[in-house]
Amino acid sequence: MIDRRSFFRLAAGAGTASLAAACGWDGGNALRPRLLDISRLNDWVGEKILFSRNRLARQYDVSERSARLPSYFISRMMPMLKDPAAWRLQVQGLVRRPQSLSLDDLRAMPRTTYTVKHHCVEGWTAIATWHGVPVSAVAERCEPLPEARYLLFDSFDSDYSNGWDLASAMHPQTILAYGMNDNPLPPAHGAPLRLYSPTKLGYKLTKYLVSMTFVAERPGGFWEDQGYPWFAGV
Amino acid sequence: MTASPASVPAKRHHWIVRFTHWATFVLLVGLVTSGLQIYGAYARFGERGGPYYVNPFQDRSFPEWSRLGGWLAGALNWHFALMWPLVAVGLLYLAYLVDSGEWRSLLFRPRDVRGAIEMQKYYLRLRKDHPAQGKHNPLQKLAYTAIVLLGVLAVLTGIAIYKPLQFAWLTALFGGFQAARYWHFWTVWLFVGFTIVHVVLVFTVDPASFRAMISGWYRGRFPSHD
Repeated sequence: MIDRRSFFRLAAGAGTASLAAACGWDGGNALRPRLLDISRLNDWVGEKILFSRNRLARQYDVSERSARLPSYFISRMMPMLKDPAAWRLQVQGLVRRPQSLSLDDLRAMPRTTYTVKHHCVEGWTAIATWHGVPVSAVAERCEPLPEARYLLFDSFDSDYSNGWDLASAMHPQTILAYGMNDNPLPPAHGAPLRLYSPTKLGYKLTKYLVSMTFVAERPGGFWEDQGYPWFAGV
Repeated sequence: MTASPASVPAKRHHWIVRFTHWATFVLLVGLVTSGLQIYGAYARFGERGGPYYVNPFQDRSFPEWSRLGGWLAGALNWHFALMWPLVAVGLLYLAYLVDSGEWRSLLFRPRDVRGAIEMQKYYLRLRKDHPAQGKHNPLQKLAYTAIVLLGVLAVLTGIAIYKPLQFAWLTALFGGFQAARYWHFWTVWLFVGFTIVHVVLVFTVDPASFRAMISGWYRGRFPSHD
């Protein structure tokens, strides 16, 4: 039998040791999977309890725009199209009517413009104006099948991609943006087309889009697969 | 109550109080260290382009021994895993205080102001005798009330920057996302400062209270036990 006092000593010792061992890293092979399990639980809370399709992000006046919005991509050089005229967005997967949409096709569809705050996972925020077509309008056109539960957005920035839950993708402020601050979307921010939504952290907003694919199983994503929260709703 | 003779043990702390006390300590260590790692990803407060809030740690990162998680994603996962037990432990503690009625000996109320001044005089040696008190003196009540409020503030500012759109009203209440982030950061230094003063006072004024927080039994002869 172990008495109470030595039990508490043991517990305190083990706690301190494991904490010390864990310092400086992400939990190691023993704890990291558990932390990721809890991250999935947090995804569930974010998606099923906290997120609301009807709750809109606050809009700002164009005079409140930030002077600069940092840009990033994962390729070594800024991703650019060799032949922009040949670019098409492929809308595919579990849909009745797959689409191959040019930029002009997208511009002819309903247009949403807003000036909103961008939240980066690093902690910075910046305000910018975006315009484009709501993802829900594209979905209406391609008619997803009932078994489609997620969307995978793919890019030509190396293998950067993001998986989205359908409810977030159908949020009225989730758009395929072809314009920023009243101008065509610049290459630094994902030209010709990027995903934008003030309901998500920046790393969920796929730039340099080539396709959106309706799928049944939850797709990962570039940062998500490395341990960043999958849902990433703000 | 009359002063009991020395070395007659008195039951001081319920197990819920002891458990939540030490659990809060361990959880706060994890939350603060993972928080310092998260801070390093963008070490300033304010919208891009400024202006920035006054911050002596601007653009600086904290030493490696003080950071948990290794990188941003690792630290976020620690932080978002430990936040739940902290809230649970906090609620358990508050529920116990209400249920047991012990909140009465801990909550600092306007009528304690006078006693707090007398107690301060005693500590400043402006008064020789220790003022009469119940389980805790008015300054202790002030400290223990403030630390609970600080915990509430840490959780609320945390929610405000965790989901600034879903809880937009809360984020706005703190003055916006960057302001809420700033206050969340400040709660760290208030926690750290409180802990230092708390530990110093325990070991200089009433060392027996340390064992009381572990075993539940107080074996000292300090006038604060009744």
